[in-house]
Amino acid sequence: MSLDLHPTDLGAPLDPLPGHSSRGRLERVLRRGEFAVTAELNPPDSANPQDVYDRAAVFDGWVDGINAVDASGANCHMSSVGICALLTRMGYAPIMQIACRDKNRIAIQGDVLGASAMGVQNILCLTGDGVQAGDQPGAKPVFDLDCMSLLETVRTMRDEAKFLSGRKLTTPPNVFLGAAINPFAPPYDFRPYRLAKKIAAGAQFVQSQYCFDVPMFRDYMAKVRDLGLHEKCFILVGVGPLASAKTARWIRSNVPGIHIPDSIIARLEGAQDQKREGKQLCIDIINEVKEIEGVSGIHVMAYRQEEYVAEIVHESGVLKGRKPWKHEPNPTDATVSERLEEIRQGRQENQQQMADIAASKPH
Amino acid sequence: MPETSAPSPAGDKPKIGNAGAAKKAATGAYVPGDVSPNRRVQRRYSIRLWSIRHSRLLEWFYARFAQAFLLLHPVWKAIGYSRVEAPVTFVEKRVKGMLFDCRMCGQCILSSTGMSCPMNCPKQLRNGPCGGVRANGNCEVEPDMPCVWVKAWEGSRNMVRGDAILNVQRPVNQSLRETSSWLRVTAEAAARRQASEGAAP
Repeated sequence: MSLDLHPTDLGAPLDPLPGHSSRGRLERVLRRGEFAVTAELNPPDSANPQDVYDRAAVFDGWVDGINAVDASGANCHMSSVGICALLTRMGYAPIMQIACRDKNRIAIQGDVLGASAMGVQNILCLTGDGVQAGDQPGAKPVFDLDCMSLLETVRTMRDEAKFLSGRKLTTPPNVFLGAAINPFAPPYDFRPYRLAKKIAAGAQFVQSQYCFDVPMFRDYMAKVRDLGLHEKCFILVGVGPLASAKTARWIRSNVPGIHIPDSIIARLEGAQDQKREGKQLCIDIINEVKEIEGVSGIHVMAYRQEEYVAEIVHESGVLKGRKPWKHEPNPTDATVSERLEEIRQGRQENQQQMADIAASKPH
Repeated sequence: MPETSAPSPAGDKPKIGNAGAAKKAATGAYVPGDVSPNRRVQRRYSIRLWSIRHSRLLEWFYARFAQAFLLLHPVWKAIGYSRVEAPVTFVEKRVKGMLFDCRMCGQCILSSTGMSCPMNCPKQLRNGPCGGVRANGNCEVEPDMPCVWVKAWEGSRNMVRGDAILNVQRPVNQSLRETSSWLRVTAEAAARRQASEGAAP
């Protein structure tokens, strides 16, 4: 039986532990000093809950948290609150992303309470991409809060049990607070200080933007260690497979904030099977970054290649044999599926013949 | 679907992504001349950039200016803060509008942002650059505009109290828009001074 499981109800929050701000698995894994793995769920463009369950099922047993994105890249999808509601029903540990682009402070604080009530234990505070990046560039950008004031708002709600306005909450949302970092965009000298600011505002863990430039990340981490920030928050490095050199080029010029060095594109171009090479590249990067002091985990963003996450995590060996939580709907379901498997492998039973035998040979 | 139907305009359709808006402009949709295809703002940043380059001078000047304003506190009080609000806002809007492209958020933090007005950021970020800054230091939303926060960092490095950029700023109080920040700062400073004087004896 896993340590990170509620003994009677799979979906229920774990028992509170001293020094922990949430009752979720991700915080426990990180605070135990284990190398955490999180992944990003590709949000469906549908109203079918099964789509969410199917997309989460590919991560089963490989990740400690699943990011429910909030209209990433300003493209419209199922909302992060909705995805989180479905995931918590099944006992998954979602990390709810909140982007400041689409909601003002009134809506955001309401969503935080609602999400926490549904069992969401982790919240990731983001500024959000500009609306120009998405499928509806004519939308009104809200940006009422920014990621920093959002962090501070949620922290105030959690630690002081009150809204931004000062009104009291009867039950505060006990969430583990996260933020995003991008060490790969200018102004490079300011980036470590910005992390310090985020920690001051309440960030307990951070997930980075795609890391394709390991030397650059190493420099960043050196500065972060100088400032002592790696001891104040858990740093998860964003990684992901590139499908081909063409995709890499497209991402570089079209998706804001992703830095892909020429050497990476050259390596992909030189490969026979670019998709395979992209995956190998991701594993190589994981193996490099996991050795950097201050790195507490990885965040795998395998957009439209989610089925490779398990393989990538397995082959990089970052879990060191640890088995993250796996969705097991019902102990009896396991028996049923075992029996079904037996039947599938064994002799086909002729129902008609069996009925005849039973009819002609009564007791 | 018959083959003879008009060729699908798939090629002309605006593509999703950062280049989408520019692509849409290229299809012939009306776009005002010489502006960013994404968002209409002014296209000249030279005075704003001058102010950032001279952030230290402006910091020095503002300190004197704030002192003078505080000395005038009895005058403001005699006339009434609410009555001077309109003319002072008129002047402040024009002066700061010229120097910083001020957006009159009413809670000026220029001293904490290297004299680069954060309300010019398309995301109106008040706590630092987003992750979308282009490699050349330009804005994600407006490709031709230098990132407000890249400039803010440069400006803050010239300033004596530049490290104020590391403080976490509170969210904007939207109800203070179009009000005078100078008068508010003066009134608050006067109140603080009075409180300390009242406490001292």
